[in-house]
Amino acid sequence: MKNFFRILIILTIVIGSQTNTNAAEKVEYLKTDWSFKGLFGKFDRGALQRGYQVYTEVCSSCHSMKYLSYRNLAEKGGPEFTEAQAKAIAASFEVIDGPNADGEMFTRPGKLSDKFVMPYENVKAAQAANGGAYPPDMSVLVKARGGGVDYIYSLLQGYEDPPAGIVLDEGVYYNKYMYGNKIKMANQLSNGLVEYADGTNSTVEQMSKDVTTFLMWAAEPHLESRHQMGFKAILYLIILTILVYFSMKRIWSRIETEV
Amino acid sequence: MSDQEYTPKSRVGKWFNDRLPLLTLANHLTDYPTPKNLNYWWTFGGILTFCLITQIVTGLVLAMHYIAHADMAFDSVEHIMRDVNYGWLIRYIHANGASMFFLAVYIHIFRSLFYGSYKAPREVIWIIGIIIYLLMMAAAFMGYVLPWGQMSFWGATVITNLFSAIPLVGEGIVTWLWGGYSVDNPTLTRFFTLHYLIPFLILGLVVLHIWALHVPGNNNPVGIDIKKPSKDTVPFHPYIVIKDGFALLMFMIVFAFFVFYTPNILGHADNYIEADPLVTPAHIVPEWYLLPFYAILRSVPDKLLGVVAMLSAIFILAALPWLDTSKIRSAVFRPLYRQFYWILVADVLILGYVGAMPAEGLYLLIARVATAYYFLHFLVILPVLGYKEKTLPIPLSITEPVLGGSPSLAPAKMKERSKHK
Repeated sequence: MKNFFRILIILTIVIGSQTNTNAAEKVEYLKTDWSFKGLFGKFDRGALQRGYQVYTEVCSSCHSMKYLSYRNLAEKGGPEFTEAQAKAIAASFEVIDGPNADGEMFTRPGKLSDKFVMPYENVKAAQAANGGAYPPDMSVLVKARGGGVDYIYSLLQGYEDPPAGIVLDEGVYYNKYMYGNKIKMANQLSNGLVEYADGTNSTVEQMSKDVTTFLMWAAEPHLESRHQMGFKAILYLIILTILVYFSMKRIWSRIETEV
Repeated sequence: MSDQEYTPKSRVGKWFNDRLPLLTLANHLTDYPTPKNLNYWWTFGGILTFCLITQIVTGLVLAMHYIAHADMAFDSVEHIMRDVNYGWLIRYIHANGASMFFLAVYIHIFRSLFYGSYKAPREVIWIIGIIIYLLMMAAAFMGYVLPWGQMSFWGATVITNLFSAIPLVGEGIVTWLWGGYSVDNPTLTRFFTLHYLIPFLILGLVVLHIWALHVPGNNNPVGIDIKKPSKDTVPFHPYIVIKDGFALLMFMIVFAFFVFYTPNILGHADNYIEADPLVTPAHIVPEWYLLPFYAILRSVPDKLLGVVAMLSAIFILAALPWLDTSKIRSAVFRPLYRQFYWILVADVLILGYVGAMPAEGLYLLIARVATAYYFLHFLVILPVLGYKEKTLPIPLSITEPVLGGSPSLAPAKMKERSKHK
């Protein structure tokens, strides 16, 4: 029994460490305490709302978020804007709809059921506007990068002057956390860039943290219910396991063998 | 099957049982005499059955919402994650369930290796098991392609391209497999079809696996033949059922931890990027459970020979009952084999590790040494060991060591059955 546990633990560690090493290049990412980590991790509502503001005012001019709808903004476990707020947000965007009865496409204000409006009509248009680089869709971005939230958080703050000897082409920037250190996105954040509705001081660090939190939610909109359900499920399993253990002892006591 | 004649008590039961002896079968399964000294390594058979059922049930629900089309597969997976009620739960159980399935199957296989469960008269159980394992790898590989992320696409490209190593007809076969000139929509739809089919083939083979097991009965940690039923056995129900249930619950706690708290740690981040035939990922790596074989494939400089080595590494297992010449089953009584067993375990773990690393420099060298050792173990060490090894005396019955309280050698009645001289 003891042996069994020991080997099971070793195996789990080995498997865990193997997948960790998959994450290619090791750079020390900037650390911050994320409210959504841990057994009871939840999103910081304020950070999500501020993060949405940063996304809309800064990122969304190039980066799409095609899997999100405006209704998501009012859903439980997300930024939890009120329904009226979410409706107002949706209505502030022009959505192309149609064709109407005359076969014409037309624009109308957005509704809750609409997907986030895309900044470009298609990938080619996005590339043309960005020096050939396609600004990736942000819906699942934090899950699509090895370092996850820490990577995005660091990248946003990782712009510096290139070390001597590195020559950058036109439209390429130096970032210490980017793979290969060359990135086609210019530094977007500067202190005081957005004016937060809740009066929070908009430092680069603060905005990076807020928008990364928002991106985490965008990629894992059900993270909170997952954590809650996980805790209940595991607690239930542990209690059941203990009960079954004692019933097993009881049943096996009918014969002399140890179990 | 050594069951005594069973007659249902009720008249209806008897009427039915005379026409279809399902009740006899149920009776056989509950009364099935099982060695009472089975340890927890024997609970993984039940755990694997649970894994298979879980994959089938969650897979059915996923298939209701998934769209097998190159343009829509990725979107439909995100739809499942976001808008389908508890879709995230179902998908994370299915994705992590594959890893859990392999974790359990590796433990199950290595248990068999340690206690010599593959030896006569259980060769057929073992070979069916190897076929199941092969099908599992095929199912897992095709399942990983379905989300149509970058790793899906490029993994499929790399693996299907292996067939091009076949002389003369290789290229034709690859085109035939793809249904075109690259991995594309026809590849995705056929992979989906096969991914849906294979679990049911596995289910059928599992029935055969258990049937074949119930003919000679379970092996046990002491590895000796036992009389059934006797003082050495307990009925499957309730003794083994509750013990398997207890082990299964512990397994489920680990499983739940992955699903609820680190659902993506066993996958690759690149698979959350939609497949793009024009962009190749920096490192193409398979899922962790295929890494040892991937390492063997890459350790051979020639493509065709690499594929041959990789396939041989799996098929060599099927020949194991005849490669292992020792008459003693359990490693408990084989002091030398026990050492080599643990070296093999380490060897496979090392292969898995280097499989995840780029194939260059020191990693490649380690992979080559470990590959060579893998084959050395099965082709040289095992056959020779059977003749050379001085085995320990084995007990007459399992009751001896069990009642003695010591897991290995209780003195008392021991018969010199070791093979030396």
